[in-house]
Amino acid sequence: MLLHVNQLSIHFHARQGIVKAVEDVSFDLAEGETLGIVGESGCGKTVTALSLLRLISNPPGIIAGGEIFFQGRNLLKLSEKEMCDIRGNHMAMIFQEPMTALHPVLTVGRQVREPLIVHKKAVRKTAVQDCIRLLKRVRIPDADTRLHDYPHQFSGGMRQRVMVAMGLACNPKLIIADEPTTGLDVTLQAELLEFMKGLTQTEKTALVLITHDLGIVACYADQVMIMYAGRIVEKAPTLELYRAPQHPYTQGLLASIPRLDQDIQQKLRPIEGQPPDMANLPSGCAFHPRCPHAKPRCMRELPKLMQISTGHDVACWMHSR
Amino acid sequence: MNKEPLIEVHHLSKHFPVFRGMVFKRKIGVLKAVDDISFQIFPGETLGLVGESGCGKTTACRVVLQLEPSTAGEVRFQGETITQMAKQELRRLRKRMQIIFQDPFGSLNPRMRVRDIVGEPLSIHGLARGKSEYADRVSGILELVGLNPSMADRYPHEFSGGQRQRIGIARALVLNPDFLVCDEPVSALDVSIQAQIINLLAELQERLGLTYLFVAHDLAVVRHISHRVAVMYLGEIVEIADRDELYLRPQHPYTKALLSAVPIPDPLIEQKRKHCIISGEVPSLMETPKGCKFHPRCPIAEEVCRNLRPTLKEINGNGHRVACHLV
Repeated sequence: MLLHVNQLSIHFHARQGIVKAVEDVSFDLAEGETLGIVGESGCGKTVTALSLLRLISNPPGIIAGGEIFFQGRNLLKLSEKEMCDIRGNHMAMIFQEPMTALHPVLTVGRQVREPLIVHKKAVRKTAVQDCIRLLKRVRIPDADTRLHDYPHQFSGGMRQRVMVAMGLACNPKLIIADEPTTGLDVTLQAELLEFMKGLTQTEKTALVLITHDLGIVACYADQVMIMYAGRIVEKAPTLELYRAPQHPYTQGLLASIPRLDQDIQQKLRPIEGQPPDMANLPSGCAFHPRCPHAKPRCMRELPKLMQISTGHDVACWMHSR
Repeated sequence: MNKEPLIEVHHLSKHFPVFRGMVFKRKIGVLKAVDDISFQIFPGETLGLVGESGCGKTTACRVVLQLEPSTAGEVRFQGETITQMAKQELRRLRKRMQIIFQDPFGSLNPRMRVRDIVGEPLSIHGLARGKSEYADRVSGILELVGLNPSMADRYPHEFSGGQRQRIGIARALVLNPDFLVCDEPVSALDVSIQAQIINLLAELQERLGLTYLFVAHDLAVVRHISHRVAVMYLGEIVEIADRDELYLRPQHPYTKALLSAVPIPDPLIEQKRKHCIISGEVPSLMETPKGCKFHPRCPIAEEVCRNLRPTLKEINGNGHRVACHLV
């Protein structure tokens, strides 16, 4: 197993008290596999991703518990120096906003070759060559001249591809893509995701794909994890999850999105209510105020994530007795 | 459906001059944000407007409402030409056409209470006689959009994104308009909240007989709410048709590419589907390509596309119009 996350909890100390951004999250990821993490804003998707690289700033954040095993090593036990060797080298991150994630006063070439120089001890000349090769690989036209351009001279889609090139520089085993296509147009989104899918097939790179778009997940993920208020509510292989969603939240999400292939006479069935306030979570199951099947027990006790069939886990009282 | 259109747009254009230099300003070009678009919207109908970012959707909305002066062309509201209209006269029509903005966080004044945000149009147009009528109308409209009238004394920051969007809708509806422009009303919202707002807009249309111009980049959302759909590319409408016609039988290569790029949330369907990827970037609006604006990215472009700009042509009897030489 390439990545094994066990009962990870991340808390933030905020003015309103302790915010449990991620609670008791466990998952595994093998080589060449894609895991989709789905949820609404504030459900802890991004925090989970950042914690894999140990990028949670402390304070206010703290990894309150759990283990992250990457290639057999517990990342939470490593020194900062050892961690630096992993970041960008064996594990790379593609951030959500290429506008802010790229350094505005360094040329694109300098940023893309930085991981090569830091990790592979490449000399400048070969690094430049490799950098051109990388930019060509993500299909940036005229790569050898655009190398000298600054991020603001690129369009949104191109900047995102520069981010991908940077992530690929050291042939990482794991790429974490945090909403890589939010804000991109659909045509660019399809192009970029097809490219990343190709990587998982040819290079056996594992991919953690964080998104709120259930369509993207259906296309590109092998496994899906649905998060709500910092916890996993359902986890299953993609086919299984879309065929038979079990958690009321998953069912609600699938029923509420407009689809291109849907009968239009049907009205959308939204999930009632509002997403919860993370500093002030409801008692019991955090979803109960919005759940159509809520029972008194849901308000009192928190359901545990239970396996209901091979690889399919659900945290709901309806499925555990 | 009534045959008299509520909104008629004829050859509407909006060009922005582009300057360079701070002291010695000189004009270096024109940005054609909206370039010769025409369409009609009938009462009670929703026209969806889709396109990628930067294709001029928002500018089109603003010009249709005359929030920006147009460069050329004409907009008619119930037969009255509103382009070139005097400000006072336009103001009389303002209460009949309203807009909902994209960003529910930026479009509400953080220092005003919900009561004043929603009620402000009433005082501007002098429509409420006395305090009690004002309060009645505000609470009536809040209830209509699904908010509790007791929340009227709160400030916008106390609401979530979906609730704020409802406040924006209430503000637009308080004047009983006929025509509502929705500029990406759901794209800033969470998935589970989007459906609430889409359903609300559809319900309100049914109850109040509203006419919508619905702008979005999400093709599935537009399909859900629109009766007719127009596809924009680089400031032009490249295809316009009835909803089912457009989604089932898209003709323009750009429309086809857009539709095939949208993922369907069902892995069984996705395994069988082929995504036809169009590569290349959207060209800058400053230097649009010669000929058909789409030809550098078009998979089937021919010689004629490089030289001659296609015009919107009707391809069958039911109003399906496409701007492509090869259809």
